[in-house]
Amino acid sequence: MSAATVTSRIPHRIRLNLRAVVGRAYPRIVGANREPSWIFFEAILPLLGIAAYVFIYQALANRVLLDPTVSAADKAATVAATNALIGSVVLGGTMIAFWLNVLWSMASQLYWEKEIGNLQLYMMAPMSRMALLGGMAVGGMFMTSVRAITTLVAGVVVFSIVLQVTNPFLLIAVFFATLVALYGMGMTLASLYLLWGREAWHLSALLEEPIFFTSGFYFPAGGLAYVGGWGRVLLTAATAIPATLGLDAMRQLVFPGAWGDKLWIFSPEVELVIILVLGVVFLVLARYALAYLELLARREGRLTSRHQ
Amino acid sequence: MSATVRRQWRTFKWAAWLGWEMDSNWTEPALFIVYSVVKPVAGAFILVLMYIVFAAIGNYRDPAMFSYIYVGNSFFIFVGSTLFGTFQVIQADREWYQTLRYTYISPISYYTYIVGRAASKVAVGGLAVLITLIFGVFVLGVQFQMTLGSVPIFFVGLVLGLFCLVSIGICLAGVSFMTAKHTHGLAEGIPGIFYVFCGVLFPLTALPGWAQSFGRGIPLTYWFDLTRRLILPPNTIDSGLGFFSDLEILALLLASSLIFFLLSLGIFKLGEYMARKAGKIDMTTSY
Repeated sequence: MSAATVTSRIPHRIRLNLRAVVGRAYPRIVGANREPSWIFFEAILPLLGIAAYVFIYQALANRVLLDPTVSAADKAATVAATNALIGSVVLGGTMIAFWLNVLWSMASQLYWEKEIGNLQLYMMAPMSRMALLGGMAVGGMFMTSVRAITTLVAGVVVFSIVLQVTNPFLLIAVFFATLVALYGMGMTLASLYLLWGREAWHLSALLEEPIFFTSGFYFPAGGLAYVGGWGRVLLTAATAIPATLGLDAMRQLVFPGAWGDKLWIFSPEVELVIILVLGVVFLVLARYALAYLELLARREGRLTSRHQ
Repeated sequence: MSATVRRQWRTFKWAAWLGWEMDSNWTEPALFIVYSVVKPVAGAFILVLMYIVFAAIGNYRDPAMFSYIYVGNSFFIFVGSTLFGTFQVIQADREWYQTLRYTYISPISYYTYIVGRAASKVAVGGLAVLITLIFGVFVLGVQFQMTLGSVPIFFVGLVLGLFCLVSIGICLAGVSFMTAKHTHGLAEGIPGIFYVFCGVLFPLTALPGWAQSFGRGIPLTYWFDLTRRLILPPNTIDSGLGFFSDLEILALLLASSLIFFLLSLGIFKLGEYMARKAGKIDMTTSY
């Protein structure tokens, strides 16, 4: 094939892959919303889980307020700190929707496709596998954003949370950078499912509560530094998960000065840079892991073997 | 033993075996046990860190409240595993393995089959509860105090609580016949209702009045309160149910468990009927 032919095929390949992105995103953007039950199951019900954690802080604060030995100044400080903690729970609870989407509709999606027989069709189609994953990511981000924003708005209203957005542009940048890095991570994990079956599915299950814990979805992750050496080790490891730094930065930007600034990891600007680096690393890693594991799965005959 | 009972027992037994194999045969038993325990322990750690952060900010320690939260959370493992163990059967068999149609037309009670499938998850949940409690008592200093006389009431309460949970799980399974791929929404959301309204992690009195009334209508509220009364030392926390004696709570739990059992029969039959009528009994939603 001459160089001119390769060059002339570039627009065609771009069009093809963009169509694949749109085609794979379509069922998540349009199809998923045709089933109106998502409003109850995926926007309202998660708010209840969040409410439970809100009431824990509320109950702890009530005990302080009822304690006659605590001074009035300390009680006022407790009320202020509790409001910020409640707000951080709502924000973290909202971001959980993205993490669950990355785990179950991104990372484990190829396993699901294998189980229902679609994977072989994808493999035979001429588009890039990255376009397929990209479509899943774009659709997943949209689908989850609709759900997460619904939960966030409901949470802010129900729990009367006051958000003080100090730098909206930085907040938007952190949010989108976190999403790109998270879905990049999901794309990397997805490649594992080409080779493995239920082991990887269970890995996804295992990455729920432990990640909620290490990434500080329900408390400021900086709190891990207060529990000794193992906490600091965990916190360091958790910074490799984009949600940890993304949440920390977003909390700093909507609750400025909360808890005397004692519980933040880095400044939001530094965290944004780290998240961007993580995003690039995960996307590149996804590209190579996908190619390598696809080859391995083909060689071992496990690419389309179901129910393994 | 009558033929009907024998048939039901056989269905339960083989469904339980199937459930156990499906849950555990993807790895070595030791790894499976670690896997089963890591999730609930991590869940407990979230609460530990929430308490630590709160205590660090306000410089205020409250060991009684911490024990209250920790024990409630430990027993809540049963809620997640039992509910998920029951209602996910419909969606797993229908959409994932696509075997629902074959199981459904076989000469068994599908209700009993689902209960059997959930049994392994309940058993593994029990192990996780035990490990979480032991870890809490010996590592985190959770206050534990149980008299010998409390043991029978504790176990009767435990059996009734699990019976009630399975009934609620079957109600959800009935609903699942009609819903799309919402297993995770249900798995996160429905336990969330109990998390909030049953005083699992905080006393009912922390809730607004209407929510307290709603919580008092859920049998699990009584189970959690009874369990904490029996295994924690006396404290000053107002659970909102202090006016009931232990036996009164047990009686309430028994009555409400029976009500939920009857409800589960009705809702399951209704869901099944509506799904068949709408042609959704073996529907797949592949987005």
